[in-house]
Amino acid sequence: MSMEDVRKDFPIFEQVINGHPLVYLDSAATSQKPRPVIEAIDRYYRESNSNVHRGVHTLGSRATEAYELAREKVARFINAPSSDLVVFTRGTTESLNMIGYGYARTKLREGDEIVLTPAEHHSNLIPWQQAARATGARLKYIPLQADGTITLEDVRGTITDKTRLVAIAQVSNVLGTIYPIREIVDLAHAVGAVVVVDGAQSVPHMPVDVQALDCDFLAFSGHKMCGPTGVGVLYGKRERLEEMEPTYFGGEMIDVVELYEASWKEIPWKFEGGTPIIAGAIGLGAAVDYLTGIGMEEIRRHDRELTEYALERLRSLPGVTVYGPEAAGERGGLVTFNVDGVHPHDVSTVLDSEGIAIRAGHHCAQPLMRWLEVPATARASFYLYNTKADVDALVHGLNTVKEFFQHAIG
Amino acid sequence: MQLDELYRQVIMDHYQHPRNQGELTEKTVSVDLRNPSCGDEITLQLEVADGRVQDVRFRGSGCSISMASASMMTEAIKGQDVPEALSLAKVFRSMIRGEAVDTEVLGDLESLQGVSRFPARVKCALLAWQALEKAVSGHTDHQPE
Repeated sequence: MSMEDVRKDFPIFEQVINGHPLVYLDSAATSQKPRPVIEAIDRYYRESNSNVHRGVHTLGSRATEAYELAREKVARFINAPSSDLVVFTRGTTESLNMIGYGYARTKLREGDEIVLTPAEHHSNLIPWQQAARATGARLKYIPLQADGTITLEDVRGTITDKTRLVAIAQVSNVLGTIYPIREIVDLAHAVGAVVVVDGAQSVPHMPVDVQALDCDFLAFSGHKMCGPTGVGVLYGKRERLEEMEPTYFGGEMIDVVELYEASWKEIPWKFEGGTPIIAGAIGLGAAVDYLTGIGMEEIRRHDRELTEYALERLRSLPGVTVYGPEAAGERGGLVTFNVDGVHPHDVSTVLDSEGIAIRAGHHCAQPLMRWLEVPATARASFYLYNTKADVDALVHGLNTVKEFFQHAIG
Repeated sequence: MQLDELYRQVIMDHYQHPRNQGELTEKTVSVDLRNPSCGDEITLQLEVADGRVQDVRFRGSGCSISMASASMMTEAIKGQDVPEALSLAKVFRSMIRGEAVDTEVLGDLESLQGVSRFPARVKCALLAWQALEKAVSGHTDHQPE
C-alpha cells in the first residue's frame, strides 16, 4: 500500500474543522484509528462478545481465542520470544506503575540507585520517585546535552554498582530524541541492573525488537499506535515477570483461593486481574495487523522524511525556536518549538482556527520544561497519515500566528 | 470561528502591558496557583483592610488570555469590598460559561466574553479568579464556587 492511500483508511479525515480540512499533528498524544481497527472492535461486540477464560459456551471460546490471538500478534510485533511475556494493561502509565509496585518495591533496598534522564515523561518518573520513597532507594539522572541527547560516557558515569534499575524512554515525547537503548542495557546489565524501557513514543513509530534491545521490561500504549484507548502492553523477560508480584488481585488472576490465602495463575494471567480489556486487546491486535501490513520500516521512513521537512521549514521561519537534536535521523516523528513572544496556547488556538491540531503545554514533562527554561512548548507530531501538505499547512498557520499577534499586539 | 472575537485589542493591550504586576510589601495574603494541565502560573497578592481590597499585585506566566484576565481583574477589584469582588468573580464566571450577564459591572473584562466560544481556553481565563477566590476565602463568609 502506498502512503498516499493510507489517509483514506482513517474516517476522521472525512470532515472539516473550523472550515478547513483536518490537519492532525498530535499523534504523539494519541493517533487516529483506521477503519480495520474500528471494524474489529465493532465486529467483536456484534459477534463474539463474552467473557474470556471461563464460559464453556461458544461465544466464550470465540472471545478467548480472539483475545489470546491479539496477544500473539503483539508478541510477534515486538519480537517477544513467547506470547506469555505480553501482559495487557490499560496503557504505558499502568504498565510502568505495575513495575513500580510489583517489581521495584519488592526488589529495591535502601541505598540502591534508580537511573533516569531528566527528559522522562511524568509516567516514567513519578512511579520511580514513589518506589524510591517507599524503599529508600535514590534517583540519579543521566545529564542531557544541549540538544537533548545523552552521551554513553555520561551513562557510564551515572550507572554504578549500586544501580538496580534504569528507566528510560526510547524516544522523548518532547525533544524527539532517540536514546541508545541497547548500549544502555549492556551497561546496566554489566552491574546487574534491570532496564525498563518506556516505548510509548517508539513502538508506534519504528521497528522495536525486545530481543535485540535485550531490555528487561517494555511498556507501551495501544492508542498511540492506531489502536483504541484503554489498552496497553507490559512486556517483560520471563525471569522478570515470574519474580514480579501481581498488583491487582481478584477474579481471573488466581489459581487456588482459600479463606486465608490464595495462589496465582502463571504469567501473563497473574497480572490481569478482573475481566480483561478484551475489546481493547482485539482492537490493538487489528492495529498491529494494520501497521505490519504497511511495514514499520516504511512508517519510520515516512515519519523521518516528514520530520526532516518540518525541521527544515520551521528552522527557516524567523522567530521560531526548535528544540531537540539537529538531525532527523536522531529523532522520532515530532518537532517541538516555540514562537517568540507568543504563548503556545495562543499558537495552538490560532492554528486550530485553520483546522490544525497540535499539542501545547508542558507535555507531562515539567522537569524537562525547567531544563529548557520555558514554561511550555508547542509540539507537532507526525504519523503514517500525515503528508508534506500538512507541514505546509503548519508553516502557513505559523505565519498567521506571527502576523496576527504582530497586528494584535501592534 | 473568528480569532478577532477571542483576541480583542484590549486583551492584547493588557497582555503586553499588564497592570498591577509585581509584589506588595504590605500584603495580607499571597496565593500561588497553577493550571497543572498546561503549566500556567500565577501569584496573586492582596492587601485587605477593613473588608476592602486596598491593593493588589500579580505575577505569572501564561498565555495572553490568562495574563490579560489577571491584569484586568486586578484593575477591577482594587478598592472593592471583598463581597463585591467575589460577586464580580461570579458574574465573570457566568460570562465565561456563556451565560447572559449584566456586562455593566465588568468594564474591560467584557472583552473576554469570546472565551466562552473557545472551551479549551476557559481555564486560562479563570486562573486569576480562582486565585482571588482562594485568597479572600479567609476574609469573608462567602464560599467560592
